[in-house]
Amino acid sequence: MSEALVRVTDIAKSFDVSAPWLNRMIECKPRSLLKAVDGVSFGIERGKTLALVGESGCGKSTVARLLVGLYEPTRGSMEFDGQDAHATFRKPEGLKLRQRIQMIFQDPYASLNPRWKVQDIVGEPLIEHGITTDRQELQDRVGSLLESVGLSPLDRVKYPHQFSGGQRQRISIARALATQPDFLVCDEPTSALDVSVQAQVLNIMKDLQRRQGLTYLFISHNLAVVRHVSDHVGVMYLGRLVELADKHSLFAAPRHPYTRMLLDAIPKMHDTGRARTPVMGEVPNPLNPPTGCTFHPRCPLANERCKTERPALQTIGGIRVACHAVEEGRA
Amino acid sequence: MSLPLLEVKDLVVEFPTRHGTLRALDQVSFSIAPGEILGVVGESGAGKSLTGAAIIGLLEPPGRIASGEILLDGRRIDKLPYEQLRQIRGRKIGAIFQDPLTSLNPLYTVGHQLIETIQTHLPVDAKEARARAIALLEDTGIPAAAERIGHYPHQFSGGMRQRVVIALALAAEPQLIVADEPTTALDVSIQAQIISLLKSICHKRGAAVMLITHDMGVIAETCDRVAVMYAGRIAEIGPVHELINRPAHPYTAGLMAAIPDMTQDRENLFQIDGAMPRLNAIPAGCAFNPRCLRAFERCTRDRPELMPAGVTRAACWLHEGRPA
Repeated sequence: MSEALVRVTDIAKSFDVSAPWLNRMIECKPRSLLKAVDGVSFGIERGKTLALVGESGCGKSTVARLLVGLYEPTRGSMEFDGQDAHATFRKPEGLKLRQRIQMIFQDPYASLNPRWKVQDIVGEPLIEHGITTDRQELQDRVGSLLESVGLSPLDRVKYPHQFSGGQRQRISIARALATQPDFLVCDEPTSALDVSVQAQVLNIMKDLQRRQGLTYLFISHNLAVVRHVSDHVGVMYLGRLVELADKHSLFAAPRHPYTRMLLDAIPKMHDTGRARTPVMGEVPNPLNPPTGCTFHPRCPLANERCKTERPALQTIGGIRVACHAVEEGRA
Repeated sequence: MSLPLLEVKDLVVEFPTRHGTLRALDQVSFSIAPGEILGVVGESGAGKSLTGAAIIGLLEPPGRIASGEILLDGRRIDKLPYEQLRQIRGRKIGAIFQDPLTSLNPLYTVGHQLIETIQTHLPVDAKEARARAIALLEDTGIPAAAERIGHYPHQFSGGMRQRVVIALALAAEPQLIVADEPTTALDVSIQAQIISLLKSICHKRGAAVMLITHDMGVIAETCDRVAVMYAGRIAEIGPVHELINRPAHPYTAGLMAAIPDMTQDRENLFQIDGAMPRLNAIPAGCAFNPRCLRAFERCTRDRPELMPAGVTRAACWLHEGRPA
């Protein structure tokens, strides 16, 4: 494998969702831990895009927050450009590292301060990281950042409410680009947008990647969007990766039964009236996940082994997949 | 052709504001036959939900119907007094909204809410209402319905909650269901379950559906006919297969091309530059002309009405004078 900019090894995050101490004592309840992410490993090469897909509650966004350092991992580590990211975040040099890793959030209505002008929103990271202090230079930089995402430098003096959803998302992108990062973590950047506007934002993101050699982690539940933007795709289910493959093999020949189910569930645009194969069942409660392979209650290929033994992510036929059925050649 | 169940004629909805009156819906006309599923698509702010709200009679003041008619089964319902409208709403028109959590009362069990709805509209006693409620939950695919009927909304998952909302909309066996983004808050996998449920139930009961969504994929698999809305007007309306595969209006064509396709690789997506105009700045002529790649002189001057364009009908001057 060629040099990876980001390498995540067995990263995990649990949240303590126990009842308060007194209730636990009275009701004799144990502590309960929610394993939002339970041992995920992957690498992203420089200039490439890894997409994570999965249903709500599978831990995609938690991975995103772990990668930008908004959460401390419970276990495991992330290596960024050869250094242990979470150890560095705690040290004074962490600020330098944070410049290189930036995030774009889902909702452009919630992620911009409505009382700030665009100048202040986009300029804040520049001041915060001490990149520039000169007023004129700050203005020029914000202007050119806005231009790079297809807005006018004159938009500097406006407030977020004067922009449409797609334009706001571009402001978020401009802000994320302010510190000249290498790595952008995008958590559902287009889910709140209309399709025509989504196309504008996705095109800008691809152009920026080509021009500036950015590396993306792209989180989405929309497989068609993922297919369009990504190089590699990881499919998550209940806090674990079930399949990790390059885009072409994943979409042409999905191996894991869950991946197949997700692909079948996409509406086919041009054969109108054709019903899709609905996915059976729902995501189980993550507080009390099924034993063995967590997907077995919904899986058409499940057998006794799947109910007891948890499959590990292993390389089968060139792609990484965690499934007993695939390993045994039943799928 | 059978008589349409719902007929909307030249509907105009206006919002009086301090800065003048805004016209949010402008001369919208369409009809739905019994048992038919009509899809309504468009970007945010195109007026899809407003059309739905006007039909159910739930326009929020200061919004008001300025002119036009809404006929259900040949009877005008847009001018009815509140009490009479209340009887139609629920009894003849059922509504399903986007967010299942906000359409259910968190303080009552789902059984209570279903039984209340059934008894409001149908002359049945408490025992029969309960039996009906259980049957409805079973119909919508909720396992162990007899037990689940005593549960509160928060005890259901998102997909299950939306099933409860559908059961609630069907409670009085309405002839028309207005479903406003019923699957937008759900995952793709659950979305497929809900859509096939909605489709089979309507088929079984012969109810007509007005399905409002921004998701072309959902429209493609569910609807018989589609209306594409832009800036408060219908841009194109016609049978779903033709509209998707041979769109006549440049806006429909752009909308279709902007959707990432699962079957072909493209470096860049087609994008419609710009954004939908605000209601106080709708351009003269065709509202789409500043973003349209095929606009010509007349488009900036005259406003096109819906005209035959092949199999569909489109509001676009490109199709003027062409044989239908």
